[in-house]
Amino acid sequence: MVEDIHMTNAIVGEPPEFRNPASESPAAKAALILAALVFLTFFLFLPLVSVFVEAFRKGAGEYLAALAEPDAVSAIKLTLLVAAISVPLNLVFGLAAAWAIAKFEFKGKAFLITLIDLPFSISPVISGLVYVLLFGSHSLLGPWLKSYGIEILFAVPGIVLATVFVTFPFVARELIPLMEDQGTGDEEAALSLGASGWQTFWYITLPNIKWGLLYGVLLCNARAMGEFGAVSVVSGHIRGLTNTMPLHVEILYNEYNFVAAFAVASLLALLALVTLALKTVLELRFGAGNTGGKH
Amino acid sequence: MEVSIKNIRKEFDRFAALNDVSLNIASGELIALLGPSGSGKTTLLRLIAGLDFPTAGKIYFGDEDASHRSVQDRNVGFVFQHYALFRHMTVAENIGFGLKVRSGASRPPKSEIRRRVSELLEMVQLSGLEDRYPNQLSGGQRQRVALARAMAIEPRILLLDEPFGALDAKVRKELRRWLREFHDRTGHTTVFVTHDQEEALELADRVVVMSGGKIEQVGSADDVYDRPGSPFVFSFIGESSHLPITLRGGQILFQGQSIGVVSESGEGAGELFFRPEDVQLVDAADALYGKVTACRRLAGTRIAEIDIANEGNAPYHVEIEVPLYEPVALGSDLRFRPTRWKVFPG
Repeated sequence: MVEDIHMTNAIVGEPPEFRNPASESPAAKAALILAALVFLTFFLFLPLVSVFVEAFRKGAGEYLAALAEPDAVSAIKLTLLVAAISVPLNLVFGLAAAWAIAKFEFKGKAFLITLIDLPFSISPVISGLVYVLLFGSHSLLGPWLKSYGIEILFAVPGIVLATVFVTFPFVARELIPLMEDQGTGDEEAALSLGASGWQTFWYITLPNIKWGLLYGVLLCNARAMGEFGAVSVVSGHIRGLTNTMPLHVEILYNEYNFVAAFAVASLLALLALVTLALKTVLELRFGAGNTGGKH
Repeated sequence: MEVSIKNIRKEFDRFAALNDVSLNIASGELIALLGPSGSGKTTLLRLIAGLDFPTAGKIYFGDEDASHRSVQDRNVGFVFQHYALFRHMTVAENIGFGLKVRSGASRPPKSEIRRRVSELLEMVQLSGLEDRYPNQLSGGQRQRVALARAMAIEPRILLLDEPFGALDAKVRKELRRWLREFHDRTGHTTVFVTHDQEEALELADRVVVMSGGKIEQVGSADDVYDRPGSPFVFSFIGESSHLPITLRGGQILFQGQSIGVVSESGEGAGELFFRPEDVQLVDAADALYGKVTACRRLAGTRIAEIDIANEGNAPYHVEIEVPLYEPVALGSDLRFRPTRWKVFPG
């Protein structure tokens, strides 16, 4: 057969051109790649570079000073604290929700899935306002809690609540398709071999979803640290107390303190870059892990 | 371990997947649950395992009522259709899992687990593959790892769900023979589910033919093939044709005409079943006759497809075996009588 084809080509005198029917001509390919690159350069790469350029405009000394400033330090601490609380919470909630949706049949399942997506589909500002309505001074809960000395709004608990709300879908969304795809076969096998429910989770379910879970946690963490809208509504912008990094950046920027603003912003950008790098590494391993190779 | 299933009913969302099913399985028996998809065979297997619970009825392991015992307590070895091997564990870890998760004093020490694992690997002829991962094994090897894993917990009974379903034909045949030997050697009470009648008939001591959530017939391969108990079993197992007939005065009448076959008993309408090989070509007026529409070679035999005219309606279609050496012309008329048959009142 191969010889036949060669002979035919020799007679016709045309070089054979084999192309995957689904692929485009080289010109179209180049145009598409170019368009994507130009877009990425202008809308992602240049802004990112400019953040760092602005941050270091007055040298490394000014940059470090801006980060060491007490309000900045407190904003960084608060951001880390909020992430440290909300990410583990959403890890547990997300896992539980994904488990329920992927492994059980129950009434209202579609409704639950819609609920999980809710934080994605509404504006973060609304998410924040929900908590103002719930815990504000004109609400039912707010004054009652206040009488026990518990401050929610314009305090750390409110910021944590808003962040948990906004970042809820990440872990669940990552896990649901993965767990649905894997089904309950492995768990049933473990149970039939005598494993308890907890052992089954620990030895079977968790290893099966660990890369997806880690990926969801990374995304959740990036958003928890970067969330602006919802947190802005509930925080009250008290310097040194209820300002997270994104809020601090805004305040500095509004004060025309560009170097300091971009210095703090560069930290956030750096976080995004690290997350991206980690995600890429995970995806490489995730691919290998999913097929069950050594890891 | 004897297993008896008493009047089991299982509903899913009010749909009855099993309806009043009873079955006794003797100790050491190799039983096949055979049926088309949706017949309830896998549901029954899962109920025995404790992976599902009956809506009504009881399951006994020996004298003990196991109906409401959890799957962990039942101590059954279950081999899943797609094996459900733990992909992040090596072959050895997979097989040792059931021992590792035991609690307290019943958990063997590590060295003992290792010894048991290598013993089991030897038994399933996979020694040397301890450190492989499931995705580095062939389908047949995975199947045997799954079996070794199920055997590691020293189960009271062994349950297999479509054990050869995901394998290619050649491996399937080999493993079938191998499983039979394995069963004879270990003597475990074994129940397996299959939709492949050849597999069920060849492998099992007794075949349980199921359809529509009910047991149609339980019997040896000879029983279900030679003495089918219901129209379903007759059509499901092996090849067969059927025609509507009337019984009158010890004669079988087809379209009002005697077909020259004497029936044992009964009067009135019925359905005549016969197999292609149980047919004799005759040269007589009182016989079935029809036109040959196709002829095909099937291994050592030749099968003729015959249309029997049916006054204005679509013709009846039957298949009969014709001698290899006697060519049958397409479009020619053939006269034949069944030599072995069964009439089910209709």
